[in-house]
Amino acid sequence: MDLTKTPGSPPGEPETREMLLNVGPAHPAMHGIIRIITKLDGEQIVDTDVEIGYLHRGFEKMAETVDYNGVIPYTDRLNYVSPLINNMGYCMAVEKLLGISVPERCHYIRVIVSEISRITDHLTCVGAGAMELGAFSVFLYMIKAREYLWELVEMVTGARLTVSYCRVGGVKGDLPEGFDEPCRKALQETRKVLAEADALLTRNRIFVDRMSGTGKISAEDAISYGITGPFLRATGVEYDVRKDCPYAVYDRLQFDVPVGTRGDNYDRFLVRMEEMEQSIRIVEQALRDIPPGPFLAHPETGRPIPAAEMVDEGKIGNIAAIVDTRAVTDPTLEGAAKSQHPNIEAGEKRVFLPAKEDTYGNIEGLMQQFKLVMYGHGIRPPKGEVYFPVEGANGELGFYVVSDGTSSAYRVRVRPPCFAIMSALPKLLIGDMIADVTPTFGSVNMIGGELDR
Amino acid sequence: MNAASLIQAVKDRFPDGVKASHSYRGDATVILGREFLLEAARKLKEDTVFQMNFLMDLTAVDFSTFGTKRSPAFFANSGIAVSPSPEIPDADPWPGPPGGHPTAGAAPGTARFVVVYHFFSLPLKHRLRLEVPVGEAEEAEPEVDSLSSLWAGADWLEREVWDMFGIRFRGHRHLKRILMYEGFVGHPLRKDYPVNKRQPLIGPAN
Repeated sequence: MDLTKTPGSPPGEPETREMLLNVGPAHPAMHGIIRIITKLDGEQIVDTDVEIGYLHRGFEKMAETVDYNGVIPYTDRLNYVSPLINNMGYCMAVEKLLGISVPERCHYIRVIVSEISRITDHLTCVGAGAMELGAFSVFLYMIKAREYLWELVEMVTGARLTVSYCRVGGVKGDLPEGFDEPCRKALQETRKVLAEADALLTRNRIFVDRMSGTGKISAEDAISYGITGPFLRATGVEYDVRKDCPYAVYDRLQFDVPVGTRGDNYDRFLVRMEEMEQSIRIVEQALRDIPPGPFLAHPETGRPIPAAEMVDEGKIGNIAAIVDTRAVTDPTLEGAAKSQHPNIEAGEKRVFLPAKEDTYGNIEGLMQQFKLVMYGHGIRPPKGEVYFPVEGANGELGFYVVSDGTSSAYRVRVRPPCFAIMSALPKLLIGDMIADVTPTFGSVNMIGGELDR
Repeated sequence: MNAASLIQAVKDRFPDGVKASHSYRGDATVILGREFLLEAARKLKEDTVFQMNFLMDLTAVDFSTFGTKRSPAFFANSGIAVSPSPEIPDADPWPGPPGGHPTAGAAPGTARFVVVYHFFSLPLKHRLRLEVPVGEAEEAEPEVDSLSSLWAGADWLEREVWDMFGIRFRGHRHLKRILMYEGFVGHPLRKDYPVNKRQPLIGPAN
């Protein structure tokens, strides 16, 4: 390509030329490692090529080499901003393959943690997008709110980022004692932050000018590209896996699916802001409706029973009073001590990996653990194939699992939601200005771990 | 539409193309001859009975080592057979790899790869899985029609399948690697690609 002169420019006219500008692979305004090669006419983008794959770790190949539970830590690293949704999607796909279902309480716990994750994901996306347009304080406020939510996640799962909380057939541990109160409080704080962000951004002239009318896509194009999630809803198409193909207990919870009208960056921002509000609603309802778990406290004294004391009670025959309570052990995770989990596992001991408290605390737990993690043992689903979609923060997150009847999956395929959006990026960028790359790419919410796997 | 009537509707329209079908765990699945793919996909998209406006996913499976993985002899029978809960459909069993068992000494006509399409209809809220067996008779780089003329999203998905499995898509405008780099040798998700194989990293061409 001759970059010095446009061949067709008439004599006497000032010479124009197109310029190639390489953005990435490590541009400060990029949320991940990606390369966008743009061809510019002045400041207008006339053509663009997107290169991905810089974060490819071979997730799908690795998933074929480890057992079914061993894949869960890898799923944390797909969309690392909302790992709990990936955990849930993968576990539900394997559960469908096995043909087991989990108790209601477990469903509610999964819904609560994945909605909290969705809020953290949207907070990160909107906050980072605003920061790149100069609104740095909004970013700080939103990260503050995310911190409150991550503290909740840490309470429940014991980790902030790489949570590995779900298990095939359940979750790692119950919600910790008194989870309600800090959860409601964190959600209230998040609401305040959302109101602040709304006041700072929604009618902010600079923000609206940069966001409105840029990165536009029509509903037909978005569907043709396979775009789902908030990105699709901003174009006016009302598709949400939680509503249209309900899983877990989403069909019992009241929430609205916000949709936009124009499919530009500003609508995507508004949809995400409203979705956070709806997720808060879902968590609040789930906390209200969740069936009770087993009790740790003694029904008469109202305080937890240490294990030694429980043994003594049992020896003197005082069984009736403590039959439904659980002894206090030394927990690795606060929620795990609560029960030997009748309400959070699938009731299928051949599938569910026991809590560490069980593994270390009694012979049944130890044997159960042994039968699931030792070489040559483990979960062996029947031969078959299933596809299971859940609503990830970016759209439909699907897991397609093929089993050959052995203890590791024959093939695990992830349908990453931002892959479809990224493939439409040239469509979004062409015709816009070079400065519009930043808001458009910000609203795509590319997550490298999920995109490149 | 439920799985059974959806499969029946596809069978009615393509009596020659449909090789087999099942609805294991309630997922409607149709196995289609590859020469019918483009026509069937167009029908699925445009026919008012199907209205599959989403191509949700496009991937492939290499069935060449299916059923050959050795269990450690001592534990051969210690595996866990789990019986399904009553609320999960179990009536329809899984018939096995869609292209037959492509292991050594396989019958002629068995296919090594299966290209898997997941369609979704937003207006009618049903899903269909379409499986196209390819790679019979030791084809090194099997070929199947591209759907990128019908769904724009197929473009990148097909590039990924080419990259990972080495399946070519006829009519794709620019079939090049997407996750791996241009100098990469082989197709990593094929079963004969060793999981611990290392290759030197080569930077982009320019």
